[in-house]
Amino acid sequence: MSDSLVSVNAVNKIYQRGGEKLVVLDDLNLEVPKGDFLALMGPSGSGKTTLLNLIGGLDTPTSGSVEVDNARLDTLNSRALSRWRASHVGFIFQFYNLLPVLTAFRNVELPLLLTKLSSSQRKEHVETALNIVSLVDRASHKPNELSGGQQQRVAIARALVSDPDILICDEPTGDLDRETSTEILNLLQVLNRDHGKTILMVTHDPMAAEFAKRILHLDKGKLSN
Amino acid sequence: MKYWMLISAALKRKQTRTVLTICSITVAFVLFGTLRSIAVAFTEDVDFSGDDRLVVMSKLSFIEPLPMAYHQRIQSVEGVDLVAHREWFGGTYIDVNNFFPKWPVNAEVWFDVYPEFIISEQEKRDFVNTRTGMVAGKAIAEKYNWKVGDKIPIMGDIWVKEDGSILWEFDLVGIFSQEEGSGVYGGDQQAFINHSYFEESRMWGKGTVGNYVVKVKNKEDNERIAKEIDKMFANSSDETKTSTEAAFSKMFAEQVGDIGLIMNSILAAVFFTMLLVTGNTMSQAVRERTPELAVFKTIGYSDSKILCLVLVEAMFMCFLGMAIGIAISFIVFLFLEDDLAAFIEGISFQPSVILWAFATALVMALIAGLPPALGAMRLKVVDALRKD
Ligand SMILES: Nc1ncnc2c1ncn2[C@@H]1O[C@H](COP(=O)(O)OP(=O)(O)O)[C@@H](O)[C@H]1O
Ligand SMILES: [Mg+2]
Repeated sequence: MSDSLVSVNAVNKIYQRGGEKLVVLDDLNLEVPKGDFLALMGPSGSGKTTLLNLIGGLDTPTSGSVEVDNARLDTLNSRALSRWRASHVGFIFQFYNLLPVLTAFRNVELPLLLTKLSSSQRKEHVETALNIVSLVDRASHKPNELSGGQQQRVAIARALVSDPDILICDEPTGDLDRETSTEILNLLQVLNRDHGKTILMVTHDPMAAEFAKRILHLDKGKLSN
Repeated sequence: MKYWMLISAALKRKQTRTVLTICSITVAFVLFGTLRSIAVAFTEDVDFSGDDRLVVMSKLSFIEPLPMAYHQRIQSVEGVDLVAHREWFGGTYIDVNNFFPKWPVNAEVWFDVYPEFIISEQEKRDFVNTRTGMVAGKAIAEKYNWKVGDKIPIMGDIWVKEDGSILWEFDLVGIFSQEEGSGVYGGDQQAFINHSYFEESRMWGKGTVGNYVVKVKNKEDNERIAKEIDKMFANSSDETKTSTEAAFSKMFAEQVGDIGLIMNSILAAVFFTMLLVTGNTMSQAVRERTPELAVFKTIGYSDSKILCLVLVEAMFMCFLGMAIGIAISFIVFLFLEDDLAAFIEGISFQPSVILWAFATALVMALIAGLPPALGAMRLKVVDALRKD
């Protein structure tokens, strides 16, 4: 076994559009070692989201294998995949995707409802996660009472709360101003450096990519440095 | 129960819409609780006591009177034990809402023809010997707080006295109850009046009666006796139609049975509408939440869990509306029961309705909730997230 946490081998992802075949990922290989912070760049429509979805267990490849933390995701059915996602991976999106009627605390608690934790244990975990993103004092606020940067931090806390090995971030600063983006990227760096999270991040912004340990470009279905 | 916060979050998303939907379900179940209870009373099989009584009525209709002279001739038919007659009095006791049937009857034999009515020998004699006598069922006497010796004023509507007055005064000489479970027609919700005073005082209709009740010696002779009576009066100006009392009551009940059918049809229409309303609300609620549902799936909620969450949401609305609606209809009956009882016996809130309401709410939740729930279940995260 290699020390790779993520191992993508000869993956093809082909969409059928009408009669046309659209090859999004073409015989693609990728190794991500544990503790890496990888920025993925590339033109719009080049397949960055598609690749993240495969690694996050949200989608399966047309062919090839995707192995994450010793699990062959391409062989799992949708039920097994959702169970795997619950404990191994945290997702952070461009548009935060918080539930508007729930408080920050409740939003962060959502993934823990799937576990056997008692409500006091859940409370402890949620407070730890909110503490990491420095939002303990906003726990009882609803999303519309928080700024964009704060909402994204709640989303990060939600991704962290079940203590996954990998964080998958699809344009996490795409909707934020420069200053707030820097705040969020600093936070991701802390998570990578001090909390040992392996991070895969898609971004359009070269400045954002600078926060990562390494940068890869995706174009025409292939990866390059 | 930890998932409750998700259901309540979904319901709170559009509070007004949720409240309105629950309200319309409530209204549907108020109708359900009341109309079903009434329909049950109308369609229920009535347990008529004994077939040893025949009813002789005019061949034309049961409101057409028959000559009093028939009494002797019917009595002469072989196998006939006793002949009673009765008349519909109508009339109002103080207020039009105080409705109960009052029948002038021939006091001499009435309680022998109907042994299911329990009355003391003394009261029976007083009824025969008091020309203005009235005996009331226990339920009526209790309702109006009557005691033996009271004068009961009734304002006539069909019947006017010879002097043109419509005020009839009767003397309450007895109170009867009914044998437990006898199911005799009218029960103790009616009053009987001595026919003599009525007969001599009325302005019109003298010498006629409403219909005859014939007690036979032997049930096996029913058919023969009925035929003989009708044959006796064939080709006269007042032809008769004789049937068993059970058949007579059944005919009566069948006419009101149609009311039960009409009520059930109204209910069916109401619930069909409710299905559309609830179904539409649910699909809308789920459609709006597509991104949220995608997030649930992303963070590891399984398809079946999503299905359950949406279904429970639909069930919550249906069952809450049902519970409130049935509770209201129960309260409605608390207030109306006494008034309704005068029109048809056995009308009351039917506990069986609760069971039916549960089943209906369940089916409603499934039919309205299942399509959007299945849609939510089949939702593909990758596609749903892309739509932003
Ligand atoms: N379900 C799908 N059916 C057809 N085409 C798709 C589907 N999902 C994505 N695509 C196409 O695949 C390509 C890559 O999409 P995506 O991974 O979202 O790109 P990126 O994230 O780099 O902008 C796009 O051209 C997109 O239109
Ligand atoms: Mg993308």
